[in-house]
Amino acid sequence: MSAEEILTVKGLKKYFKTTRGIVKAVDDVSFSVMKNETFGLVGESGSGKSTVGHVIMGIYGPTAGSITLMGKDISVGVGRRSKELKKRLQIVFQDPASSLNPRRTIGQILELPLRVHHLAPEGKYSEKVFEMMDLIELPREFVVRYPGEQGGGEKQAVAIGRALATGPSFIVLDEPTSALDVSIQAKIINMLMRFQKEFDLSYLFITHNLSLMRNVAQRVGIMYLGKIVELAGTPEFFSNPLHPYTKMLLSAVPVITPEEEALKPEKIMSTGEIAGALNVPPGCSFHPRCPFVMDICSKVVPTMVEYKKGHHVACHLYPSAVSSG
Amino acid sequence: MAEQLLDVKDLHVNFKVYEGLLRVLNGVFLNVGAKEKVGIIGESGCGKTTTMKAIMRILAANAIVAGGTIAYRGSDVLQLGMEDLMRLRRTSMSMIFQDPTAALNPVFKIGEQLEDIVRYSEFTSNAPTKQEVRTKAVELLKSAALPEPERILDSYPFQLSGGMRQRVCIAMSLASAKDLLIADEPGTSLDVTIEDQIMRELKQIVEDRGLSVILISHSIGAVKGFVTKLYVMYAGTMLEEAPTDELFSNPVHPYTQNLLKAVPKLTGGGVPEGIAGRIPSYLTIADGCRFASRCRSAKESCHTDAPPAFDIGNGHRVACFHFGDS
Amino acid sequence: MKRAASRKGADYGKSWHKFSKNYLSQAGLGVVALVAVVAIFAPYIAPYPSHAEFFVNFPEAHEPPNWVHIFGTDQFGRDVLSRIMFGFRYSLMMAVVVLSLVVPLGVVLGLVAGYYRGGKVEMVIMRGADIFLAVPPLVLALSICSVLTPSVFNAMMAVSLMWWPWYTRLVYSISSSLRNEAFVQAAEIAGASPFHIIFREILPNCLGPILTKVTLDAGWVILIGASLSFVGLGAQPPIPDLGTMVSDGANFLPEQWWVSLFPALTIVLIILGFNLLGDGVRDLFGAEAV
Repeated sequence: MSAEEILTVKGLKKYFKTTRGIVKAVDDVSFSVMKNETFGLVGESGSGKSTVGHVIMGIYGPTAGSITLMGKDISVGVGRRSKELKKRLQIVFQDPASSLNPRRTIGQILELPLRVHHLAPEGKYSEKVFEMMDLIELPREFVVRYPGEQGGGEKQAVAIGRALATGPSFIVLDEPTSALDVSIQAKIINMLMRFQKEFDLSYLFITHNLSLMRNVAQRVGIMYLGKIVELAGTPEFFSNPLHPYTKMLLSAVPVITPEEEALKPEKIMSTGEIAGALNVPPGCSFHPRCPFVMDICSKVVPTMVEYKKGHHVACHLYPSAVSSG
Repeated sequence: MAEQLLDVKDLHVNFKVYEGLLRVLNGVFLNVGAKEKVGIIGESGCGKTTTMKAIMRILAANAIVAGGTIAYRGSDVLQLGMEDLMRLRRTSMSMIFQDPTAALNPVFKIGEQLEDIVRYSEFTSNAPTKQEVRTKAVELLKSAALPEPERILDSYPFQLSGGMRQRVCIAMSLASAKDLLIADEPGTSLDVTIEDQIMRELKQIVEDRGLSVILISHSIGAVKGFVTKLYVMYAGTMLEEAPTDELFSNPVHPYTQNLLKAVPKLTGGGVPEGIAGRIPSYLTIADGCRFASRCRSAKESCHTDAPPAFDIGNGHRVACFHFGDS
Repeated sequence: MKRAASRKGADYGKSWHKFSKNYLSQAGLGVVALVAVVAIFAPYIAPYPSHAEFFVNFPEAHEPPNWVHIFGTDQFGRDVLSRIMFGFRYSLMMAVVVLSLVVPLGVVLGLVAGYYRGGKVEMVIMRGADIFLAVPPLVLALSICSVLTPSVFNAMMAVSLMWWPWYTRLVYSISSSLRNEAFVQAAEIAGASPFHIIFREILPNCLGPILTKVTLDAGWVILIGASLSFVGLGAQPPIPDLGTMVSDGANFLPEQWWVSLFPALTIVLIILGFNLLGDGVRDLFGAEAV
């Protein structure tokens, strides 16, 4: 593990047993996040990207594989994690309406992590809460309000404030702006970027919005049915996508400027529905929808190769690394 | 000039609540010609859905239409009697909602729901046989690009994926939409690739049948490829109206410019700052231009008088005093 | 936090406004308030307070309703109206005692079962509740009472024993569904203790349905209590319990109809009052399954 890695995920698997069979939500995922980096995980619904975030947070224990944060192994459920770890690792959920208790005031929500970890002397908690309100740019008098009375952007600001309260080093951002309007999204993203610099944070940014990902992440991994199929630095990922699924997704992004239109790969039509994680097709799980499908694709699962420096892909079209690089 | 199908003029809608009066729609204007595809973009709470509900007259009980007219094929929808209104809904206009899961009744099979609508809208005078209704239902599902329509008719909503449910909703609306289809954020709850597919299919269907469409979205990119005319809405007012290409190449209203800048670009360039301030509350909203409190170039008069829509050529209208005097 | 107080005031104002639009619920509130006032002040407002205890006055026995005895007198010459007023005391006492025992116990068990769902704890609690719920309520109360000496106290214990599982089930359904909500996960991730999560995060979300159920239950507890007394297993003579009065008077139907009818009507009135009030409370908190 290099000195700069802050989070390392190796061979992570999470399978769920259901009455209809085993759902392989996360199936052998490996990546690492560098210090002060924003690593993006992109995919559609059913890709497993949110589950990866949940397992890292300990909401589920992994079925197999390991997660290492700052050198320490953390591959257990949240019930068995130390308090120290809970200070270091935080999450911002997608839907602020359900991630904030509707029956607790904003002040109480922000105060909870402070109290749990005794981060202020007794009697000084209100002061600290006010400081946090200033940080997330909300008027101080909102501490007595309930989340339900606020708009989406304000709620999400509270969720971010709560995540920052314990002074974490790593934050998982699970679709933090998907429920927000464009102009509010801009505000929240800018806030997150500022905090990253100010508080020396590293982010795992999960979203399905490729245009947003382009502007927040330094490296991007794209997931399909539980596996990462391509991983590269952001500029490389968007200008030279390799995997057919990446191209399909990029070609479907709704854009508004001609420059963006020129950047998009040629249109790849998605044929049929996304297969559910219950009946993962054999071999490469994408092969039923792939316009470049070959014989081998339905038989053998492609392995991840470093096709170019820093650019990994799991596809039979790219069986080995390019000789130079 | 294409024949006017829908002409909304100076619409004012308020809502009576415990705390007082919410003055939501403030002089909304909108016109849709025959076979024209029109889009409305705006952020949550700006009144897009309220306007659509006013057109279909399905506003909540505490809504008060305080002024304006909604002329549909010449007659004012707001003045129509119940019978005429029902006929309009059954045979002329229809709506697709944002969340297909909520729009379908989970305890009835698709066939039962679809056949109900078909019986109600297609066969208004004569009593059809079961087979006729079924055939028509299958036809509708096929036109909404659904494979295996027979199997779908016998399925429950939960057995279908999100994309298929939305296609079913499209099929249902096609049964009664002969002239106007209102699509309220039809792709929001779907994945990007599925949304892309559905919007392309919808465009094809609409063009084949010569329908007019009002497409509402807060995803600006999704709207761009679909409509020929765009409205920008904010806090219950129409700020700008222009043909699609004109709006994107030459946005003039400060809000529109900010909005387009705030959309993250696939080509990079970072995420610019959003607009300072927040959307005003409809309870305490001031007179005058509703964007004035957040506008960097607001003049004195902007805070007191509401600007009308000024024509700046090319079919482009903007409600801003920088482009005309009252 | 003075601001907090004034905001709460505004919220209560809005709730009251909503409630005041519902005339039936207001009527319910009025009835319940009336019953409560009468019960509390019975010794002062009953026309013949002594009739509520051991008292006989045979010359005035079985008088039909007249100006001296508005609801008539019973077979011992006791004023029916006064006895009804004192009877309210036992009815309300039954409701208050039973619910005070049952609600905290049932709610806590439900919260714990919901939080630890999937484990042994949940199984023990919920199967225990199932056992009590499997027996028809009145049968359970009757069996307990017939084993013990009939008395008001034992009747209350019997009713409590059959009543707690309803609250456990109600709270369990809310608690187990909230268990997986993002805000509970966020609290766990922040490091909050299970105690905090159960009582500070989950419980506040259950209060609405609990309060609604308590209001509706008050009427039904009173009815069950009266039913037990009706068959002789609750309050014993000369205690003026409404159920006992109905059953005593039943011997004299239909000639001396007033002895049974008026107590029976007041039972109906009480239950109706709580039901109407409960409907209003339910509307106030949104339509959640009770």
